[in-house]
Formats: sequence, C-alpha cells, structure tokens
Amino acid sequence: MNRKEKFAEVVLTVVGLTSVAVLALIIFFIFREGAPFFAEVGLGSFIGGTKWSPGKGQFGVLPMIAGSFFVTLGALVIGVPLGLGCALYLSEFAPKRTAAILKPLIEILAGIPSVVFGFIGLTVIVPLIRDRLGGPGFSVLASALVLGIMILPTMVSISYDALRAVPQVYREGMLAVGANRWQAVTSVVLPAARSGILAAGILSMGRAVGETMAVIMVAGNATIIPGSVLDPVRTLTSNIALEMGYAAGLHRQALFATGVVLFVIIGALNIVARSFVRNRVR
Amino acid sequence: MRYPKSGRRLASVCLLLCLTLGLTALPGCARRGDKAAGSITLAGSTSVQPFAEMLAEECARKYPDRPPVNVQGGGSSAGARAALSGTAHIGMLSRELAESEKELEPTVIAIDALALIVHRDNNVVDLTKEQIRGIFSGRITDWGELGGTPGPIHVISREEGSGTRGAFDELIMGGEDVMARAIVQDSNGAVRETVAGDPRAIGYVSLGLVDDRVRAVKVDGVEASVESVRSREYILVRPFLFVVKGDPTPEAKEFLDFVLSEEGQRILSEEGLVTEER
Repeated sequence: MNRKEKFAEVVLTVVGLTSVAVLALIIFFIFREGAPFFAEVGLGSFIGGTKWSPGKGQFGVLPMIAGSFFVTLGALVIGVPLGLGCALYLSEFAPKRTAAILKPLIEILAGIPSVVFGFIGLTVIVPLIRDRLGGPGFSVLASALVLGIMILPTMVSISYDALRAVPQVYREGMLAVGANRWQAVTSVVLPAARSGILAAGILSMGRAVGETMAVIMVAGNATIIPGSVLDPVRTLTSNIALEMGYAAGLHRQALFATGVVLFVIIGALNIVARSFVRNRVR
Repeated sequence: MRYPKSGRRLASVCLLLCLTLGLTALPGCARRGDKAAGSITLAGSTSVQPFAEMLAEECARKYPDRPPVNVQGGGSSAGARAALSGTAHIGMLSRELAESEKELEPTVIAIDALALIVHRDNNVVDLTKEQIRGIFSGRITDWGELGGTPGPIHVISREEGSGTRGAFDELIMGGEDVMARAIVQDSNGAVRETVAGDPRAIGYVSLGLVDDRVRAVKVDGVEASVESVRSREYILVRPFLFVVKGDPTPEAKEFLDFVLSEEGQRILSEEGLVTEER
C-alpha cells in the first residue's frame, strides 16, 4: 500500500468518525439538557401528566405522545396501502417504460420541502375539513392526510426495491405451474419481500414521527388528547419547535426532555427496522 | 490497493473539504476580540427582546462605528434588577414600574396593544373582558351565548412563552388558564390567517397587525384603534419601557436616542406596536 493511499484512508476514517461523533454529541447534549428535568419533575408526572402549562409549572407530555401516536397511525393508514400499491404496480404490472417515468416522479415528491406540504394542507385540506366535516379543520385527520402523502416516496422506493429483490425465478415458477400474475404476486412475491416491506413501513413511520413543520401548520397544536379525528392535536416535535424560541429555565429543559422521549421512540423504531432489514438479507 | 485510480482524487477532495470546514470556523474566532470594548447590554422582558434585537441590528447597520448592543432576556423583573445592580445598561420592561423600582428612570419606547379579532361575517361586535376570559377559558363555547349566530366557538391562541400570549394572559386571563382545547398558532400572521378563513373563530393579535380581512371587536365598548390606545381608553395595553439607573452612559444614551428617533419608532410601529405622538 503506498503512502498516498494510506493518507486517503486516514482522512476518510476521520471524516467517517466525524459523523459518528456528531451523533454522539447530539445524544450527549439532549440527555445532558433533559436529564436535570427528569430529576426535578419526575418521569411519572412528565410522561403520565395530561396537562401542559409551562407557565404554571405543569409539564404533562402525555397529550403530545398520544398526538404523535394518532397522527403517525393515521399517516400509515393512508400512506402504507397507497405506497405499497404503487410499488406493486411499478414492480410487477407496469410496462418498463411507464415505470421508468413514474419512479423518478415519485422520488421528486421526497424533494418537496415540508413547508410546501404544510401550506397546501393549510389552504386546501384544513378549510375542506372545516366546511365538510365540521370542527375547526385543524385536526388529526388533516395532519394524517398531509403526512400520509409525505411518507409516500419512502414507502414506494423501499418496498419497490424489496419487490425487485425477489428473484425472477420465483415468478417464473409460479407462472409455469399455471398461476396468473396476481396469484404469483400475492402468494409468492409479497411473502418473499415481506421483511423489506415491513422495513419500508417502519422507516415511513420514522419519517412521520419526525416531521415537524407541515404538522405545526395543520394540526392546531392544542394540548389535549384528541377524542376524534376532527380534534386538534399537538405532536412531540411540534411541541419542541413551537416553544423553543422563548423557553428558558425549567421550560427549556422540559423541551429537551420532550426531545429525549422522541429520541427513545425513534431509536427504538430504527432498531426494529434494522432487525427486519437484516432478516431479509439472511 | 483497493482504489487504484481514484485514490489520489479522493484524497484531494477530502483535503479540500477539511480545509473549507477549517476556514469557515476561523472568522468566528476573530470577531470575539473586539466585542468587550464598550458594548451596551440590555436585559429584561422577553416580550420586548425581539424588538430590541431588531433595533440593535438596525442601529448596528446604520452606525457601524458604535459599540455593539447585546440583548438578553430574563423577564421584566430581572430587567429592573439588572438595571438597578448595574449588570445591564438598560433594563427592558413590559409593565409599569413597581413601587420598589421607582428609582429607575423609565422611557416608554412603545405601547403593546392586543386586538381580539373575528371573521368579517361574525355579527358579534362588542365583548366584555369577562366574556373574553370566559371564551378562552372554555366556559363560553357557543356564539349564541354572546348574541351571535349560534355555533361552536373556535378559539385560536398563541404558544406558551410568546410575548403576545404573555400579554394576553396578563391582561385578560388574570391567572386563569387558556383552555387546552384552544388551537395554537405560532405567529400573529397565522392567527390572523386562521381567523380570516373561519367564520366561527376568535383570536388575538398585536393591534398593528389587524387588517381588513378580519375585524377587531370592541372591548368593554371601546373600539381598538391607535387613538384609543394613546388616550388609554382601550384596556388591552401594556407599556414597553427602557429603564436606566441615574444618568445613562453616553453609549446607552446614543442607543436610547436611536430608539426614540423617527426611524426607531417607525421600526416599532411597523412591527405592530403603537408609538406615542412625539
């Protein structure tokens, strides 16, 4: 190995470690800022409390946990079937040329800034819900609709890759024993790509949990546990972004503690997603 | 060798990256040094803070030779304490001086006024302070109870910690909580936009930001206008004060003069505050 190569290797190692170091610093910082809060207010009254009123020293984050849960669930209910159907069409049914045009178009969707989705939600979806279904319009439903569309690119491209990874001989084998294309897809291709599709769903879930801007614009951000899909809702990420600008002292720590909760949720999702991806390779 | 051809190019790209990163970090260090010499420190109300920062920026842009202005939060009481103890050159308050703070010299830089806004088609024109408190605390939930067209009231509030929310809590709620069901929007503009689109909504914004897409209701029978604020008839107001102890330092005096100048006052009124006629 010559010296130049050695040099490049060292530099690349340093660059690679930098990104790991950034992650480590973020974890360290969030926990350092959030930990004193848990010591002072207590984990139980934070996670289990239903009243969020920082001015009065009430820091119950349960409505936001519930908010993130419902909004994400709604986004998955809308985005997963749509995305999977789209991936199935592109991979199994679409003519090659159609797929070659549609696939990049769907990926463009991923490049649209979230504030644009939020704005469309605010000007189109919110008034529509308010006028047709009642309530203030800012709601779980509005957030789920916007997020459901935003997770489509993730859902489509990862499940498409999973479907393409199923060996062609599986399909040919099915067709050879007299099955039609639909039967081949449902009884062989889908089960074979199962873990990849699950991973797609989990990564989409991560995207939905983490999205902030678009949700702030359409969710209404009320600190209640929503009783219906037409009720306003606040998610964990919105809670941080909304109040970060002014928060000081205990309030600021509470927002970092919200970040800790979010971090634990997203970390858990990633671990689950990785184990699914590993299963697929095996 | 794993990268027979591209090894060299890769190495140079990496080197370039490292250099760029290193260089961007440098100017930050260089600027630190000149800050200590005669800077002005403002501390106090977080409601005044964004306006003070804006004024400081504008002042620095216009008079680059003047010492930098450093703006900190902490709250009105902390601002008064900082001015009394000398930790800040100027204290910022969003309330009148308390008895114990009377030795400070106050200057009203502007008046913050809140307007309660509803949709243009809403036929409720006048609300009492009591009714407004009832609406935002969740005791009054239907426009019919207020003489309007029956239908649920959609309450639009601001996020905890914002200056406008702080003023609203202080001037209207009097210790009561804004109900958790209230929709929370994160700017005056977003509140106005929401109210403009929803015939059943009510929200509050800084008076200067009311435009003809929404309608400001009368509060206790008094129209919300610049005139009624200046004459103190309108009740949803609070002063923004800059306070100094004794004579201000020449640098602090210069900044105060800038704030009270036509230009400084114009910036404040453009941001929605009511300025005194001078």
